[in-house]
Amino acid sequence: MSERARPVTGRLPGTVWIPASAMLLVIVAVAGAMIGPAGPDWWRVPLALAERTPLLDRLGIDSGVTEREWSIIWNIRMPRVVLAGIVGATLSLGGASYQGVFRNPLVDPYLLGAAAGGGLGATLVIATWGGLGDGWIIDPVPVVAFVFALGTVAVTYVVGASFGGLRTTSTLVLAGVAMVSLMTAIQTFVLQRNSDVVREVYNWILGRLSTASWNDVGLVLPYVAVSTVILFLHRRHLDVLRVGDDEATALGVPVARVRLVVVIAATLGTAAVVAVSGLIGFVGLVVPHMVRLIAGASYRVVLPMTITFGAAFLILADIPGRTLSAPAEVPIGVVTAFIGAPFFIVLLRTRQVAR
Amino acid sequence: MTRKTLAGLIAGLTLVAACGSDPEPVAEPATEPAPTTSEAEFSEPEPEPEATEEAVEPEEAVEPEAEPEPEETYPSRIVSLSPTATEMLYAIGAGDQVIAVDDFSNYPAETADKMPGISGYDPNVEAILALEPDLIVTEGSNPDLIEQIERVGIAHWAGPAAVGLDDVYAQIEQLGAATGHLDAAVALTADMSTRVDAVLARIAELDNEPLSFYHELDPTFYSVTSQTFIGTVYGLLGLVNIADAIEEESYGYPQLSAEFILDADPDLIFLACTKYCGETFDTVAARPGWDTLAAVANGNVIELDDDIASRWGPRIVDHIEQVVDAVDTVVAGAAVAA
Repeated sequence: MSERARPVTGRLPGTVWIPASAMLLVIVAVAGAMIGPAGPDWWRVPLALAERTPLLDRLGIDSGVTEREWSIIWNIRMPRVVLAGIVGATLSLGGASYQGVFRNPLVDPYLLGAAAGGGLGATLVIATWGGLGDGWIIDPVPVVAFVFALGTVAVTYVVGASFGGLRTTSTLVLAGVAMVSLMTAIQTFVLQRNSDVVREVYNWILGRLSTASWNDVGLVLPYVAVSTVILFLHRRHLDVLRVGDDEATALGVPVARVRLVVVIAATLGTAAVVAVSGLIGFVGLVVPHMVRLIAGASYRVVLPMTITFGAAFLILADIPGRTLSAPAEVPIGVVTAFIGAPFFIVLLRTRQVAR
Repeated sequence: MTRKTLAGLIAGLTLVAACGSDPEPVAEPATEPAPTTSEAEFSEPEPEPEATEEAVEPEEAVEPEAEPEPEETYPSRIVSLSPTATEMLYAIGAGDQVIAVDDFSNYPAETADKMPGISGYDPNVEAILALEPDLIVTEGSNPDLIEQIERVGIAHWAGPAAVGLDDVYAQIEQLGAATGHLDAAVALTADMSTRVDAVLARIAELDNEPLSFYHELDPTFYSVTSQTFIGTVYGLLGLVNIADAIEEESYGYPQLSAEFILDADPDLIFLACTKYCGETFDTVAARPGWDTLAAVANGNVIELDDDIASRWGPRIVDHIEQVVDAVDTVVAGAAVAA
């Protein structure tokens, strides 16, 4: 229903919103790099960054940051900020795309089982080999989680398509519901049999940015890049799909093919970020709606803005995650819902009134 | 065969009836009248009332003549659902009386063939009862289980996570009293406390500046504060726990942020997930930024045994000695450097 085409009049055009949200992302990212439970004074961080940037280092800046403090900024905090940005952007973009092809506002990137499958994969690894793979050459948790996430969505798609065809989305959604229940049930069973790993699995489920490294960033970037490019190329198709399958077909859009490609691309990105960061809820569902409430429903604006806004949202959410009960951590999944839900309600209310 | 089944049925019904009429079956098991005809076969393994009494009130057993005939007076079919208690039972020589242990009771090695697949966290009560235990030992962390055990009138002993070494000694001696090995238990605790005194003397001799440490439970930086048992052990040795920077009360197992650990730069890092997570000095040193830590640079990253470091059993003294050896190394290293 919220997908109903609305006149863009009365709203600022995308040419204003997209740069504005990009600016917001930059500000939030710098803030994210400056704020943390340890490390140097916040104002030294930009100086330290400048000091180590080619060209800028000729200015003779002295940030007074020690080697260890720099290590904290560069090895611990920066990868975390960057990873949070990538994860937030990818989940939001995936959510927006899913909502577009399914024409359903309650859809999120976990709909077809990417999260449940990834969760089962991670649980199996942790239950089979114990810990989180510190002793492995390649951490098996993200690899298996990624494979399971993709596999689950593939099964969902095959099952859903074989019954209802791709003309209707409801069988696909129902197949997703069934697969999610199945995966969750298996995961619960495995967990029950291996109760010694409950904490580790729980930790993974709540989302983990706390151990983010540049490795993780490198691991997800290729998949995320491919996913993002493909989804971007389909933004006009998504706009046409908003009017309905039949109408879109009449307008020359190959609906079934577009749906398949978009789902594959969105799932690829989602599976990759789930693999490294666990299950971070709420972002993929709500950020696209926040963007629509702010900037209108056209996917030509929504898609780029979900990227910048989603990235900014998760980086921002991670700041209290790191600092609220410092030096302890608050799971990111808790924070996203905790600050996201009230913000969304306020936004919903003010925008409804304004309209 | 049929007679036996019938006997079991009658015995079971009697138990149920006893529980139904008696609000506190554990407190007064002696009031339960033995079933008439088939009594001999049922009670063959053990007349349980005595054992129950011992387990509920171990102090009673601290009488001199407590040890004469174990198979008569003391439980002979113990099921232990606590890895710590299993270690204690074996250490005091009650291992032969243990018929089954939970899945995590992996020490000593003899327990391997006594593992019928019972989970210590979420045990199946029927599976436990099928073993016909006369004493069930738990960590007391599962009230539902205890309630069910009490309902069927089987003796039960709970040894919850210790707060300090005194608790450990008390639990060992309680188990000794309950199983007829009080002398061995007292000897064990005396030996433990002698060894602890010896390392405390070593610490006093070193007379160093208090060292700081980080105890790592897993590679996502979960740690322990001084409110936990393992935390109190470090405190005993005068070490400063970096996780104590967390102010919240009763927050025993916090997840620390990596930034904080690097900033705190502890003198010592203890890894308590070497077996299950494969943590080693090398995996820690390979973490981005961790090479800047003094503990890593000086090689003061100590690989603990996960099981010893997470239990409050007799082997905790081994842990204490290992920690003091590590402190020794740090102090010696500092002396060389100076």
